[in-house]
Amino acid sequence: SSNEHKLNFKKSKEACLSYIQDALLQKQWKRAAEFLTCYVESLEKDYSREHIGPSEMIWRIGTEILWHHSQSRMKEFNCFMEQMKTLGVKRYLKVCLEHVFHLLCNGQIDEAYQNLSLAESWRCGEQTAIQDKEIKLIQAYRGLLDYCSWSKQKKILLEHGDDGFADLAVEQEMHSYFRKAAVNLKEIIKIPGVWDVFVKCYVDLLEFYGEHNEARQVLNEYAYNSKFPANPNAHVYLYQFLKRQGESKKSLISALKILHDIVPSHELMIDFNTILQKSKKRKKRQLGLEVIFAALDYSGWKENAKAWSCLSRQVKQIVISEKHLDWIKQEWNSRKDWWPDFHFSRYLAKRNWQENKSLSYEKALVAGILLGKDCKYFKYVSHQGCKARLKRFRMLKKFMTRHNPRICG
Amino acid sequence: RDFNERCAQCSEVNWGLTDGGRFYCRSCHNVTERTREVVNTDFITNSRVQTISKGLKKQEKTDGGCEWYICEGFQLVLKKQVEALEALGVCPQMKDEILCNFWRCYLQKSKQAYCKRPAGETVKALSVCESSTDVDSDPERPSLLHLLSLSESEGDLQTDCSFVSSVSKVSESTSVYSGSVDGSLYLMKNQKEKLRMTMPMTLSFCYLALLWVREPITLSELLRFVVEGHIPYLNVFQHFPEKMKLCGLDLKIFCVESWPVYEEVFNKMHELAAFLDLPRFPDITESCFLHPDMLCMKYLMEANLPDELHNWTCRVVKKIGIGEVDFLTLMPGNKSTRKVKYDVLAAAVIVVVLKLLFLLDDHYEWLLSEFAEERNKNNTEGGPYFEFKKWYEVVKHSLDVEQKKLDEEKAKYLWRCEKPLFYSVKNKSKVLKRRQMVVNLQNQFGKLSGSVQHAEKPNPSSFQLSWSEENTDGSCFHGHSLKGVLQEKSGLLTAMNPDYWLCTVKLCNEKLCGHLAHYREVEFPQSYHFVLGLFSFLLRIQPSYIHDEVCMIEHKLFNKKLCKKLKYNTVLRK
Repeated sequence: SSNEHKLNFKKSKEACLSYIQDALLQKQWKRAAEFLTCYVESLEKDYSREHIGPSEMIWRIGTEILWHHSQSRMKEFNCFMEQMKTLGVKRYLKVCLEHVFHLLCNGQIDEAYQNLSLAESWRCGEQTAIQDKEIKLIQAYRGLLDYCSWSKQKKILLEHGDDGFADLAVEQEMHSYFRKAAVNLKEIIKIPGVWDVFVKCYVDLLEFYGEHNEARQVLNEYAYNSKFPANPNAHVYLYQFLKRQGESKKSLISALKILHDIVPSHELMIDFNTILQKSKKRKKRQLGLEVIFAALDYSGWKENAKAWSCLSRQVKQIVISEKHLDWIKQEWNSRKDWWPDFHFSRYLAKRNWQENKSLSYEKALVAGILLGKDCKYFKYVSHQGCKARLKRFRMLKKFMTRHNPRICG
Repeated sequence: RDFNERCAQCSEVNWGLTDGGRFYCRSCHNVTERTREVVNTDFITNSRVQTISKGLKKQEKTDGGCEWYICEGFQLVLKKQVEALEALGVCPQMKDEILCNFWRCYLQKSKQAYCKRPAGETVKALSVCESSTDVDSDPERPSLLHLLSLSESEGDLQTDCSFVSSVSKVSESTSVYSGSVDGSLYLMKNQKEKLRMTMPMTLSFCYLALLWVREPITLSELLRFVVEGHIPYLNVFQHFPEKMKLCGLDLKIFCVESWPVYEEVFNKMHELAAFLDLPRFPDITESCFLHPDMLCMKYLMEANLPDELHNWTCRVVKKIGIGEVDFLTLMPGNKSTRKVKYDVLAAAVIVVVLKLLFLLDDHYEWLLSEFAEERNKNNTEGGPYFEFKKWYEVVKHSLDVEQKKLDEEKAKYLWRCEKPLFYSVKNKSKVLKRRQMVVNLQNQFGKLSGSVQHAEKPNPSSFQLSWSEENTDGSCFHGHSLKGVLQEKSGLLTAMNPDYWLCTVKLCNEKLCGHLAHYREVEFPQSYHFVLGLFSFLLRIQPSYIHDEVCMIEHKLFNKKLCKKLKYNTVLRK
C-alpha cells in the first residue's frame, strides 16, 4: 500500500548506512564521514529490537574512519573511543580491548598498558560476571605486555654481562614482570581457544626459568586436548620444544605426524621427511615417502629445491636398492595423471633450467625415475646439462642408462 | 483579534477581550456573548482565557510550563505553515481569511472550541502533578501501554521501547503524561466521527485553503516544498513557546518521523472538506493554473518535450471532458464525482498523448526516431524534427543525475532538532546526554567530511528540470517539430501511428482495492516505464498513481470502442 513507500526515519537511516558501506569499501573516508555525520542521530532512537544497534554501528564505522582518514589524529581517536565506552555497558570491555589494539598498532605501549589496567578494574554489577571472558582477555593482554617488558629487561641483562649493581635492579624488575605475566598467561590458556601468542610467550618464560615439565604439559594440553580447536601451530610449537629439549626421534615423529595429517603442505614436512628417511623402521621410511609426495602436491612447493632433493634422494635410494619399488608405485598411482603436466612439462623444464639449475637437476632425477629417460623433462634438462658440460648431469645420464627405471607404465 | 464580525451596535470591527474572556467592542464597549474559548494564534499565557473544561484551576506549573491544549498546538503549526506559504508568494488572504475560517470551523465541528460544551466530558488531564490511577482501572479505556504500542501512520515513535518499559514500571504510582492537558485523551478517544487532527492533516488544511484561492501550486509541489524544508513540518514544534512544554504523548502527536504521502494528504483533504460542510469551491476554469491545459504546458516544458504536443494534450482534454468546470471544481461531500488530482491528471494526459503519437511499445518509437534522424541529417532547413532517441538520452541523463542527488539527500536527512524530546522526567537526563553526544559526534565527523559543507537549502522553485533554447548542444527540444510523426488526412493532422495499446482492458473497482489498475514494471514496455518514471520523479509520487490516471483517461477516450467489446487482445485501431 502507499505506506510502504513512505520515507521515514528508519528507511532514511538504512539508506544512509548503505552509502557509508559503499564509501568504506572504496576507501573514501571523507565521504564516509559525511554520511556518518548524518547517521549519528540514530543514537536518539531506541533500536533495542534490532540485532545490531546504532551505537555499535557508530563505534565500528567511526573507528575505521578515524583510523584511516588522513586528517585524523590519535588524540581525536582516543577521544572518540572514550565516548564509545560510555555508550553501552554491555560493550564496554570490548571497546576497551579494541582501543588497546589500536594503541599498540600505533606504538603506544604505555597507554595501552594503562588502558588495560583501567579496564581490568572495571566493575559494573552483574555485567562484570557476564563479561567474564572479556576480562580474562584483558588480563591476558596485560600479561603479554608484561612479558614484553620482561623480554626487554632480559635483553638488557644479557647484554651487560657481569656489571654488578646495575644488574640487580634489572634482574629484580625482570622477575617481577615474570610473575605478573605468568599469572595471567597461565589463566587464559586454560580456556579452550586459539592462544598462539600467549602460549609461545608463556613457554618462553617457563623455559627460561627451567620449568621444562610445566612447559611440556602446557604444550601437550594445547595440542592434544580435544576441547581446544584444531590448531596446526600447537603441534609446531610442541615439535620445536621437543627438538630444543633433545627429545627422542619417536616423540618428534609423533608430534609431526599429526601436523602432516592436518596440514600436508606445512613447511616442516621437509624436516619430517628427513627424520623419517633416516629411520630404521620400514614403515617410517614409507611414511617419509608419503609425506614428501604429499607436500609436493601443492603448488607452493613446485619450486622448492630442498623438497625435490629430499624426494630425489629417497627415490634414488630405492631404485638403487631395488627394494620397495612398490612404495613408489603406490604413491605414483594417484599422481600419474596429473603430475606430468603439473611438474614435468617442457615449459617447466625450460624455466627451471633457466632459473635454478639445482632444482632442475633434482626434478630431472625424479622425472627420469618416474617417467623414464625419454620423458620431456628429463630429455630437455639432461641435454642442456650435458651441453653445459656439468658433471652431475652427465652422472645423471649414466645413472638413468644403467638402471633404466620406469615406474610409469 | 481575528474575530471579524461587525459590532452589533456600532458596526465597527474593533474587538478586545474582557477578563471573563468575552469579546467587547472597543469603540462602543458593547459586550457580546461570544466567548473566546480558544487561545488566539498568538499564544496568551493568561490562563483565565482558556476556559475549556471544568475546574482545572491550576495556573503555571512548577516547571515554568503552563496548560495548553493539543488544538492550540496545531493552531501554531498551521500559523507557521501559512506564514511560510506567504513568504513563498501566496496571497495574504489565504492566511487571514481562508485558513483561519476553515480552522475555526473545524474546531467548532469537532467540538473542541467555539461551542458550549466541548467534547471532553471527562477530561482526565493526566499531568505531572496529578497521579491518577483511574487509567488502569477503567476497563473500557484501552490501557496506555496498548495505546503506546498502536502503530499509527502519523506517529512512528511507538517503537521507543525505553518509553514503554519505563511506563510499565511506573504504571501504578504515577501515570504517563503529556505536557498538554488533553494529550492522552486526544489519542485514546475513538475520533473517527470527529476527524482527529494530525500532522499530515495540517497539510490538508493548507492545501484546502490553497485550492480555495486557486493558487498556482499543486499538491505535489506543496509536498515537495515541505520535504525541501520551505514549509515547516518536521520539528515544527520547536517553534512552540517555551512555556508550552512538550513531552510524553504529545510527541506521538507532533513529532513525525516520516514524510507525508500524497494519497494520505489528498484523501484527508476531501474528508475534511466534507466534514466542514464546505460549499462548492471557486470554479477552476481554463485560465486557471490548475486546469489541465495549463498544467500540461508546464509539464511539457519541464519534461523537455516539444511545445507542439500541447495541441494534442488540449485535444485529449477536450475529447474526454476533463477540462470542464464541473469536472474540475471541488464539490465537497459529493461522492459521485471522482476526486481530481490535478497534477497527476495532467501528467497522465501527456503520457497518453505520447502513447498516441509514439505508441511506446519499445519498437515503433525508435523506428520513428530513426526516420527523423535521417531527415535531420539530410535537411537542416526549417528546424529539426523531434527525435525520440535523442530526447530519451538527454532526459535520462539529467534524470539520473537528479535522482542520484535526491537519493543521497534522502539518506542525509536530519530528522532530529535541538529541542530535546523526552517521554518522562525519568529519561530526561539520558535524553540530554545522548543529544550532547550526538552533537559532539556530528562536529567531530563533520570536520572530517572535507570541504563538503551542509548544503544551503535550495531556493524553492517550481521547475526541477530546466532546459534552455540557448544551449547550442541541441539539448532543448521545446522548439522541435512533430512533423516526423504526423501526417495530413483530409485537412487534419493525425498521428502516423495507427495503433494504440491499452494499459488495462478492465478497470478495477477503486473502492474495493484502492486502485484502478495494478502497475507492475515487468508487464509494460520499457519506454512506457521510462515516461512514467520521469513524471514520477517530477511529482514525487509512485508511478502506479500516474498509471491509474492513464488507465482512467484511456477508458474515457476509447469508451465507445470498449463498450462494443472488441475481441482484439489489447491493440485497438484508432
